[in-house]
Amino acid sequence: MIELVDVHKAFGANTVLTGVNLTLRKGRSMVIIGGSGTGKSVLLKCVLGLVQPDKGAISVDGTDVTNLRQGTPERDAFLARFGMLFQGSALFDSLPVWQNVAFRLLRGSLKKPRTEAHEIAVEKLRRVGLSPDVAELFPAELSGGMQKRVGLARAIATEPEIIFFDEPTTGLDPIMAGVINDLIRGIANEMGSTAMTITHDMSSVRAIADEVAMLHDGMIQWTGPASEMDSSGDPCVAQFIAGSAEGPIETVR
Amino acid sequence: MNVLAIIGRAVLAMLAAIGRVTLFAVDTVSHLGRPPYYPREFAQALVQIGYFSLPVVGLTTIFTGGALALQIYAGGARFSAEAVVPQIVAIGMVRELGPVLVGLMIAARVTSSIAAEIATMKVTEQIDALITLSTNPAKYLTLPRVLAATVVMPFLVGVGDIIGIMGGYLVGVERLGFNAGTYLRNTIDFLEPLDVVSSLTKAAVFGFLAALMGCYFGMRSDRGAQGVGRATKSAVVAASVLILAANFVLTELFFSA
Ligand SMILES: Nc1ncnc2c1ncn2[C@@H]1O[C@H](COP(=O)(O)OP(=O)(O)OP(=O)(O)O)[C@@H](O)[C@H]1O
Ligand SMILES: [Mg+2]
Repeated sequence: MIELVDVHKAFGANTVLTGVNLTLRKGRSMVIIGGSGTGKSVLLKCVLGLVQPDKGAISVDGTDVTNLRQGTPERDAFLARFGMLFQGSALFDSLPVWQNVAFRLLRGSLKKPRTEAHEIAVEKLRRVGLSPDVAELFPAELSGGMQKRVGLARAIATEPEIIFFDEPTTGLDPIMAGVINDLIRGIANEMGSTAMTITHDMSSVRAIADEVAMLHDGMIQWTGPASEMDSSGDPCVAQFIAGSAEGPIETVR
Repeated sequence: MNVLAIIGRAVLAMLAAIGRVTLFAVDTVSHLGRPPYYPREFAQALVQIGYFSLPVVGLTTIFTGGALALQIYAGGARFSAEAVVPQIVAIGMVRELGPVLVGLMIAARVTSSIAAEIATMKVTEQIDALITLSTNPAKYLTLPRVLAATVVMPFLVGVGDIIGIMGGYLVGVERLGFNAGTYLRNTIDFLEPLDVVSSLTKAAVFGFLAALMGCYFGMRSDRGAQGVGRATKSAVVAASVLILAANFVLTELFFSA
């Protein structure tokens, strides 16, 4: 279970999060929606400890993880449970695609023989709709959507307990987006993983989410089961679903 | 504006920077004693920093050695001391010019590429990705590069010293009419072990500084292409200045009697 209590974060004068409260139960799939620039990516990075919150507490399975120091065994153990797809893919451009996917399997505590790691990488690539030829290419040789899917394959390579997806379907064609939605849905169902996904795509929300959280103005405005999203009564959510310019979410930010 | 306040702020900023760099250096070195290690990255860094720098090291030192011989011959002629060319070329190359020039070339070639690479990784969230993949950037990126530069620089400077002396030898024998055998004998007889030890010690220190600055400024890069550019520039400037300053300190330590 992931729990955020009153999380604040500002970058200088730019206040981004102003008291986020959010709970995600184990094995559930949550989608975070919200306008561009509202701090969704920052929120995920706070949980991972990549961004240090100014105030508030974040706990995973009851253990406070807000102040874990880099390099401690506790932090290593914490990170080992996570997979993360970054918004910009963040592939290592000095390594071929398969070594990106199998990064964790080639070193450290999860180290496997190279041939086995290669096989796993190819299998994960197949799951995100990429052929084995892609495995030998370098990230710079791929299209943006392909890079995104390699990032996805890397995030799920070790079948982590908790997976964060930052805009997994942005830049993909609708068919591939459907494949990825099914994949994320399947990950939560089959592997029993806890998933937190950021997306702007309402069809993805409906395909992936058990629960939906709306981030606006630095706070979670509404959270509830995906089935209740349409009748939420929250003006932000309603505006987001309708894609309308009228409502609390301004069009200039 | 109060002048004292400006000076005070600059001094404080500089002290803070020195503190940060020192902490970074201590942290980097401390990973030597703490696994996991990344031998593959270390080997790659050795090849990148050592092997691929050989051409530029050779070119820099051969021309410098040659020019040095010409200058000493011309200067020495003013008080009929032309004969000291081999000795002065040897001592000048080995004690000073070899380590300093190779150091500066490494700052230009290696520091810049390390800083740009790491800064780009930082800007494109690859460093964040490393962390989420349970890999410590200090162990995976910084330590292999700093260690490789430190161990490979004495080798590069050794080669540079020899090629520089060769440059002087070629000019001496081909242009200035020195006897080949005499030239070499004078060079070898004149050089002392301390000259070579100081040269190689300087090399190791310069290599450490060059790679450390590249990593430090790369890791601290601001966002965007501008951030990468700034990080690279700062890294090369800092590495060059530190190398020259360290050269002075080490020369003082070795040779002021
Ligand atoms: N490392 C950082 N340094 C300074 N400001 C940052 C940093 N990361 C994010 N921000 C700022 O935080 C705010 C929220 O950014 P974030 O990336 O979380 O938005 P987002 O909700 O993910 O938007 P999008 O949907 O466009 O990805 C932005 O104003 C951004 O400028
Ligand atoms: Mg984002």
